[in-house]
Amino acid sequence: MTFLSYLISGISLGSVYAIIALGYTMVYGIAKMLNFAHGDVIMVGAYVSFVTTVNLGLHPIVSVVAAMLVCTILGIVIEKLAYRPLRNATSLAVLITAIGVSYFLQNTALLIWGSATKSYQSLITFEAIKLFDGQLVIRSEAIVTIVACIIIMTALTLFTSFSKMGKAMRAVSEDKGAALLMGINVNTTISVTFAIGSALAAVAGILLCSSYPALMPTTGSMPGIRAFTAAVFGGIGSIPGAMIGGILLGIIQIFSTAYISDQLADAIVFGILIIVLLVKPTGLLGKPIREKV
Amino acid sequence: MKKFKNIPGQTISDFITYAIVVIAFLIIQPMKSAGLLSNSFSGLLIPICTYIVMAVSLNLTVGILGELSLGHAGFMSVGAFSGIIAVISLDGVVTSNILRLVIAMVIGGIMAGITGFLIGIPVLRLRGDYLAIVTLAFGEIIKNIINCLYIGIDESGLHFSMESAAALDMVNGKVIINGPIGAVGVPKISTFVVGFVLIMVTLIVVLNFKRSRTGRAVMALRDNRIAAESVGISVTKYKLIAFITSAVLAGMAGTLYAMNYTTLAAKKFDFNTSILVLVFVVLGGMGNIRGSIIATAILYLLPELILREFSDYRMLIYAIILIAVMLFTNSIKVKQFAEGVKSKLQSVFKREKNKNKGGATE
Repeated sequence: MTFLSYLISGISLGSVYAIIALGYTMVYGIAKMLNFAHGDVIMVGAYVSFVTTVNLGLHPIVSVVAAMLVCTILGIVIEKLAYRPLRNATSLAVLITAIGVSYFLQNTALLIWGSATKSYQSLITFEAIKLFDGQLVIRSEAIVTIVACIIIMTALTLFTSFSKMGKAMRAVSEDKGAALLMGINVNTTISVTFAIGSALAAVAGILLCSSYPALMPTTGSMPGIRAFTAAVFGGIGSIPGAMIGGILLGIIQIFSTAYISDQLADAIVFGILIIVLLVKPTGLLGKPIREKV
Repeated sequence: MKKFKNIPGQTISDFITYAIVVIAFLIIQPMKSAGLLSNSFSGLLIPICTYIVMAVSLNLTVGILGELSLGHAGFMSVGAFSGIIAVISLDGVVTSNILRLVIAMVIGGIMAGITGFLIGIPVLRLRGDYLAIVTLAFGEIIKNIINCLYIGIDESGLHFSMESAAALDMVNGKVIINGPIGAVGVPKISTFVVGFVLIMVTLIVVLNFKRSRTGRAVMALRDNRIAAESVGISVTKYKLIAFITSAVLAGMAGTLYAMNYTTLAAKKFDFNTSILVLVFVVLGGMGNIRGSIIATAILYLLPELILREFSDYRMLIYAIILIAVMLFTNSIKVKQFAEGVKSKLQSVFKREKNKNKGGATE
């Protein structure tokens, strides 16, 4: 039974990682950049939700919408101000800028909300499910997280396969120049990608803090890096890859915390990242990229 | 002055770099021994030396090798803790503190170099963003491992454990590294003079590396890997050389830093420390050694001495500067704007000059 309950909390945590990893994977697929600040957008989303529910006393659904709205705008603004001017710069320059943005968000949050850890109040209020005479308790947060992950994943897959904007996204990620010649507005497409990724980050932030209520300016950075690991694990640029990678990573993390060592859980997660990159650099579902001379 | 005409510009530039450091030392050292410096300032001297060495060595990886390393603090950490173990083990064996510190620094450097070698083999097969994220991962792994490491010493030698301090199984022993608490009872034997010497050693190594055959090969790899490979430059070999050199220097800096405090925890050397050093390197100019030194000294001193009341804003300001520098140096639009302003100014000046000339001839 303990095994099962660990498995469920692993899948639940993994679902959060999967949602975050989607943001990474979509942005990486289209803009070919590692958006280091993505993890901090999660933190902003969680703070917005915290402020709207605790300080303003609004309804949880309003708070989720507000968080998504703020993060979407934030994502678009970041892309426009910091990343767009560097579209043709070296990846080193873009990555350093992204780190700068990440630190900017963290320290702005530090100035606004202070360094003290805030206790996030879960927005999910219904009762936990008890199975096998109460031996197996499935927390309501876990159920909502897993369901939300499945819905988001399905919606996103349908969106990228069938909608006009989704097709444009795939075209831009395939070949920016050719997409431009076909009349696709590359800048708008990239903005929309950032917007979707950031809105998902807000959802992820709320779900993450519902299960793990410690909220502080650095809340998003470690889950962000782990989710990037998940995106690489599943194959960067691939939506189902992000889902598989995220869930596997969540399970691995919970199991290594439970059975091996609390301290070494991160080391194990990163160890897996390194092994994956060495053995199969394209990840589980990624496509190899040929280099032209 | 005619004599100096035959010396290449680069040599002169290197000498200016050495001269800056030596002059700074010659000004600060007498002031320190005369007691003219405030306590807070003299307390900063060794950390500044450490961070200068860190920045110069990271510049070797980022500026000269052209790969972004986000785990530089990991090497510092390895150097710091192996240096601590060496110093405490040598307690009583080597009586001179300076000699003990130097031996510890060499051991710290070697250990960091070995770590750099082990990490470098897998990491340097990757490129760009992946390499950056894996160095970050390694930095975190090193931090986590040291966090659950217990090392103690007694008459029979060193004891290791990953469990707890009690599991060390020592008789009348002394715990050196106590898991998450970190190293305890570290002798404070670092001195500013040793810090200065370490900076000079680092400069000699890095500046000469840059101008050596190896350095040119590394820079060729940075500028165009495929072209460099096609003329027979071994990618792995030269990348490893640069990476390990950088790790060794960071390890020595770590030892110097550790011996400035009585206690030291592994969490001091986290991702933030790596980023801080990266900020110094980027703002000093990637590939520019002198820039790293000046940027480190200014950025480290400024918030501590003058902007104390703004210390909350320190990282925020760094972040903004980091973004601004990247945009100004890399964005085509910003560059065009700057060029436009420049040419406009030039044309204005030219017109002024022409006017003056015209006035003179008429």
